[in-house]
Amino acid sequence: MIDAEKEESVAKILLWAVSLISVSSLFAIFTYIFLRGSKVINLEFLMTAPNPIFWAGGIFPQIVGSLYLVALCTAVATPLGISAAIFLSEYARNNFITKTTRFFILTLAGIPTIVIGLFGLTFLVYRLDFRVSLFSAGIALSFLTLPWTITVSEESMRAVPMEYREAALALGATKWQTTWHVVFKAAAPGIITGILLGIGKALGETTIPLMCGGSGLETFLPRSLFEPVGGLPVYTFIFATQGNVSSAVDRAFGGSLVLTLMFLVLSASALVVRNRYQKKLRK
Amino acid sequence: MMAIYMFDGEKIDIRNLNVWFEDNHVLKDISLKIRGNTVTAVMGPSGCGKTTLIRAINRMNDVIEGSRTTGQIYVDGRDIYDSNSNVYDVRRKVGMVFQKPNPLPKSIYENVAFGPKIHKMARGKELDQVVEKSLREAALWDEVNNRLKDSAFELSGGQQQRLCIARALAVKPDVVLMDEPCSALDPAATSKIEQLIRVLSENYTVIIVTHNMQQAARVSDFTVFLYLGEIIEYGKTKNIFENPQNELTEKYITGEFG
Repeated sequence: MIDAEKEESVAKILLWAVSLISVSSLFAIFTYIFLRGSKVINLEFLMTAPNPIFWAGGIFPQIVGSLYLVALCTAVATPLGISAAIFLSEYARNNFITKTTRFFILTLAGIPTIVIGLFGLTFLVYRLDFRVSLFSAGIALSFLTLPWTITVSEESMRAVPMEYREAALALGATKWQTTWHVVFKAAAPGIITGILLGIGKALGETTIPLMCGGSGLETFLPRSLFEPVGGLPVYTFIFATQGNVSSAVDRAFGGSLVLTLMFLVLSASALVVRNRYQKKLRK
Repeated sequence: MMAIYMFDGEKIDIRNLNVWFEDNHVLKDISLKIRGNTVTAVMGPSGCGKTTLIRAINRMNDVIEGSRTTGQIYVDGRDIYDSNSNVYDVRRKVGMVFQKPNPLPKSIYENVAFGPKIHKMARGKELDQVVEKSLREAALWDEVNNRLKDSAFELSGGQQQRLCIARALAVKPDVVLMDEPCSALDPAATSKIEQLIRVLSENYTVIIVTHNMQQAARVSDFTVFLYLGEIIEYGKTKNIFENPQNELTEKYITGEFG
């Protein structure tokens, strides 16, 4: 027989140990990337183009390329996603069709990126002839983030208390005025979080840009939407897989570290936005 | 049979009102005339349709999926359920205060300014004046005039409810519906709102749903007693409380059920 006190302390120690393992593994990854990546990071690495012949050079076009990809993807997915979310949350009746739509959107959110990549490659790149380009990859990436934007935005809007809507409607506000001035504003922190989450997914995505965007070895910035852009993750993948060239692998770590730092900035800004809004809106 | 309507000066004239939610027949053939600038209390046990009755008067039941309404409600002689009637106009003219204070997640000022803004009734300096006037009417101005930009959530429950009253008044309604406005408030805040209701009746027609019989007796001129979706008794509050005609009313007032 185990007495309750003993059981309690065993559980505590076990949980503590397991948490420690999971947290320290994350910490280990970050430390490893930081140690190996910081060796190559300097102003030159950040401000020059890669040299794929000697597996040397910097990552400037890749940093900018990633920002372009994310910007295009977000510019497409955000208005579409928010509109769809408004429709599902405020206008659609809660019937079979709406529920089925919601289910499909949720399923789409988990679709393997290789499937989206394949669709982008065959449909956008070949069929519509947008070529392997910033445009093709940006649009394909928006297929990836769109379901997230819709789902998170819709959930934030549905979480807005009914009393707010009734308050506005009882004053004679139209449904649209209520949706726009009350529901949307109250849901803004959640919606912004959803958008930032989408940006995060797009920023880290490798498969889709690899199939639709470019080689990751671009030495120039794109001069139009229809020029190739691979971005930082693809660069990292290509450089990391040159196993026998240590200068390449080092640079892959440099790319990873920059990517990780970009994520950190993104999460931090998400946190700031949330806190600021929450302070403003909530009790 | 077509009913021919003759306007005889009542502020609100409800004729053969029926409301269903899905298959649930909540209000059964309600007919009721309410005079202008009076306070009418709607009383009755839980689930008798009190809230549904007042929500019918500004068409807020329309918002609920699966609701169906038949009959007429004339406000100033015009049927608000007529196909020509504009629901947004109806709700502007017939304001509503809810059971739980429901300020919008905005500043005190923005809460009151919201209605006039969406109806494009005022802007700039003029809007400031509307906000001040409404807050004064709701007896809140002195407590908030130096912090209009603060969040409405920083106010106490009673203040929030008076803010909701000010917000309703800001769009210049004729009728103010109140759905148990004090049920979430402490006695001190309740007494303030009750005083306010008496003052408001000088300029508005007030209909208040209440669970609290003392409150009905204190604030209202007329009382409607509702039971299972039907009007059991309607008359001067004094008469209803001192000399109820119906056995059910008497039982309710003496606390035998409720």
